[in-house]
Amino acid sequence: MTTIGWMQIALFALLILVFTRPTGRFMHKVFEGERTWLTPFLGPLEQFIYKLSGVSPQEEMDWKIYSAAMLAFSVVTAAFTYIVLRLQQYLPLNPEHFGTKHAPAWAAAVTPDLGFNTAVSFTTNTNWQAYGGESTLSYFSQMAGLASHMFFSAACGMAVAIALVRGLTRRNAKSLGNFWADITRSTVYVLLPLSLVLALFYVDQGVIMNFLPYRTVHTVQGSVQIIPGGPVASMEAIKELGTNGGGFFNANSAHPFENPTPLCNFVEMLTIFLLGAGLVYTFGIYAGDTRQGWALFGTMAVLFFIGAAVAYTQEARGNPLFSQFGINQSSRSLGDLGGNMEGKEVRFGEAASTLFATITTDASCGAVNSMHDSYTPLGGLVPMANILTGEVIFGGVGAGLYGMLMYAILAVFIAGLMVGRTPEYLGKKIEAYEVKMAMLATLILTADVLVFTAAACVMHVPHAAYWNAPGGTSTSLVSANTNNSGPHGFSEILYAFDSTTGNNGSAFAGINVNTPFWNLALGISMLAGRFLMMIPLLAIAGSMAAKKKVPASAGTFPTCTPLFAGLLLSTVIIVGALAYFPAVSLGPIVENVLMHAGRTF
Amino acid sequence: MKKQLLISLRIMLVLLVITCVVYPLVVWAAAQAFFPRQANGSLVKDAAGKIVGSSLLAQGFTSPWYFHPRPSAAGSGYDPTQSGGTNLGPASRKLIYGAAGFEGAGQLAADYRRENNLAPGIKVPVDAVTRSASGLDPDISLANCLLQAVRVAQARHIPLAQVSRLIRQYTHSPSLGFLNAPYVNVLRLNLVLDKQYPLHP
Repeated sequence: MTTIGWMQIALFALLILVFTRPTGRFMHKVFEGERTWLTPFLGPLEQFIYKLSGVSPQEEMDWKIYSAAMLAFSVVTAAFTYIVLRLQQYLPLNPEHFGTKHAPAWAAAVTPDLGFNTAVSFTTNTNWQAYGGESTLSYFSQMAGLASHMFFSAACGMAVAIALVRGLTRRNAKSLGNFWADITRSTVYVLLPLSLVLALFYVDQGVIMNFLPYRTVHTVQGSVQIIPGGPVASMEAIKELGTNGGGFFNANSAHPFENPTPLCNFVEMLTIFLLGAGLVYTFGIYAGDTRQGWALFGTMAVLFFIGAAVAYTQEARGNPLFSQFGINQSSRSLGDLGGNMEGKEVRFGEAASTLFATITTDASCGAVNSMHDSYTPLGGLVPMANILTGEVIFGGVGAGLYGMLMYAILAVFIAGLMVGRTPEYLGKKIEAYEVKMAMLATLILTADVLVFTAAACVMHVPHAAYWNAPGGTSTSLVSANTNNSGPHGFSEILYAFDSTTGNNGSAFAGINVNTPFWNLALGISMLAGRFLMMIPLLAIAGSMAAKKKVPASAGTFPTCTPLFAGLLLSTVIIVGALAYFPAVSLGPIVENVLMHAGRTF
Repeated sequence: MKKQLLISLRIMLVLLVITCVVYPLVVWAAAQAFFPRQANGSLVKDAAGKIVGSSLLAQGFTSPWYFHPRPSAAGSGYDPTQSGGTNLGPASRKLIYGAAGFEGAGQLAADYRRENNLAPGIKVPVDAVTRSASGLDPDISLANCLLQAVRVAQARHIPLAQVSRLIRQYTHSPSLGFLNAPYVNVLRLNLVLDKQYPLHP
């Protein structure tokens, strides 16, 4: 650990704090259809979109219609991406001829199961990648098939969060707003202009932006190297801003063409939290009391600092098994390049790598600038636990806020049980229906992660047959696809279902998941994690919107105090983390004990 | 539901044109106009003016008169079509002790000691024996670079001071004063060595 490392973490947190209020205010105006300084330029574009799509933005929707619109949009866009991926050989901008018989020897095919997995992955804002971008997908597939969802799914996430917030704060209302207007406004006024500015900054830093075919060069020592091209910068900008995380290249934000400099890396990290943090303030404005937002912010900030500190200290200690070879891992002499450097880039070092890993899993981003699979057991536990608790630490754009509001409902319910009063949140009674829905969302996701993980550990498929042929070479166990043995292999499986159910998309990437069994199992997890969370929450929104507001009395538990933030923190830890403690013990915790005892696997 | 599906289709097509045609084309046009070098991959040329790679992508160097990058797990090594790391956990036997066709940390450290003729008390910097996340990490730590300087100077028959001067000149100091530890880009350093001290004058 070094002083400059801690300074990076502190500066990052400070800048997020500074940006939160202006971003939150701006987004509130956008979602309420008020004028902003961008309206003179982009207002006509917004109206143009409504006109061409046949949308009446004033038309209010109840929670069922709002959900139907969100689902319809997801189905249509997922189908579009599946078609684009499967037909990429007939589509333009495919200079490497992927999918045709002229494809290079190192290219991989888009099979039906991979197409399904990828279409679902980008629709659900997961951006789980069972493929390596540079060897599988054409520029058109990346641009139209995948980058489109980076806008769409981020806009959907924000829309659902805002709908929930409207439900919580409106009185005696039937409706939650207009889904089409919400996604259009967030795209036009927030995602698009910010992406444009960021993309140009990234190109300046060295991110590529071209449509050239891959270039074969003869290196200084005379070997051959193939340098890929592609429209990377435009995708990179929305990748972090929309907490999507799907890399153009297999190595994601560790690839020098996606993330070439320390400064570029720092900006990428800021943009992952920017909108998620801003939305917490937006919520405060809707609630009529920004302290309501700051209470959530406080809980998130505490959880963020714990994660960042644990990950950084664990990784900076290095790998104990390396010391026998006279390898220097000390940060005293190597600065921020001392520690566990396996799967990390020199230009980032320990602090910027572990900070990125913490942020990308606090939010449901899933971009990576280092390989989480090679983290020390407790260092790697941080990203895993961040996802297991539901990615509510600022969180994905929209997803973080609605996840945290779900915890808030549970927190006031628990507080209500303790004092024996009907719980209230924002002046509205929380009753059996809301708690049932919140618990439903929590339990479905927990069950999804644990049941799938357990099944994948013991399941057999017919030997060398269709379902797992490329991975299971000598055994019929689907768990044979892991890259590591022992507890770390288990961690790879747990992390895969954790990441997909949490719609994160980062991975303990050694596991070979590009087989029909894994593509389907993980695809189902992504769908469950997205929609079986969103729909119960929209149901809560609908039921809450219809309630009348009761005036605060002496017995009301205030939800804008440090006491509430503390209770919320405990709820996240108890509900989110304890459910997974047995599973986590079998993975990272056992591995940590054995590694320090000198065991290898 | 039918109405929603129809609107979905229409709004998707409209948004596709905006976010996937207009937006990337605007970025592309501006990138090519203002930052053509970066947008096209930061390609670098050798002394003869031939393009030999990208300054952002590591390439394999094994000769003693060149600085060596970190080991790579991208394909068969430094292959930009197969970017990625080893994805081996810290207690992986393969990572520590190696396996068929794969050098473990112990082997890599021993090789590094031998190549650079390190005295027994001197430790090997960890970045020299670990594979990066992308397999294309173009940089090495300053400590790693300085330990290789003696070998490079000897192999090129030039004074160590000349090599050290170039290293100082090519060291990437911390951005904004604290965003990274000092590091050196291997390809750029090797190219300037070739330019200033040609191997076959």
